Amino acid sequence: MATTAELETLTADKIIDARGTACPGPLLEAKKGMTTVALGSTIEIWSTDPGTKTDISAWSAKVGHDFLGVLEADGYDRVFVIRRK
Amino acid sequence: MSDVLNLVLFSGTADKLHAAATLAAGAAAMERPVNILVQYWALDAFRTERIEGNLGLSWDATADGTNRPVGGTKSINWLESLRMAKELGDVKILACTGSMDVLGIERSELDPIIDAEGGIATFLMAAEDGQIVFI
Repeated sequence: MATTAELETLTADKIIDARGTACPGPLLEAKKGMTTVALGSTIEIWSTDPGTKTDISAWSAKVGHDFLGVLEADGYDRVFVIRRK
Repeated sequence: MSDVLNLVLFSGTADKLHAAATLAAGAAAMERPVNILVQYWALDAFRTERIEGNLGLSWDATADGTNRPVGGTKSINWLESLRMAKELGDVKILACTGSMDVLGIERSELDPIIDAEGGIATFLMAAEDGQIVFI
């Protein structure tokens, strides 16, 4: 996990805009997008679904990625994950 | 207990297929194998000429107080979720040969999203000792 201040200064290698899709859309987009970046890269998922942050956290724990945390933006969440496998 | 998620699709309405497709897609994303048996009205819904059409809602939707509008968002697209599940993970979809016989459905009538046809023993072998969810 990273602090809010750390997340605010972080630039992701890839942004996945899944806003407007309902569960499980953002999770599926994240899973798909993760394979397009190199190991150690950071992805940022944008979602308007309130379940996404806990879903991405659970998925990261299961699959073995590093869940960094969430920033609240204007009407959506920015969820940060580092690809580890 | 086995990691495999086993689903038996019985109902052929869009809401129940959507609930099932969501489970399948979530499990696929979580890297769990998914084993699906399609029978009865669900199998009828998997016919090429019906699968993209309006499959309606289950009786649950018309019970008192629960008949709110459904389908106003793109989230009800169950087929899209199921296709994505197959793309992302290990998802096998088996057409129940017993139902094919009872309903008079040929393999050639079924959408290619169906991987194979098979009997209950084939499904149960693939199910390992995982839980089976009937939808």
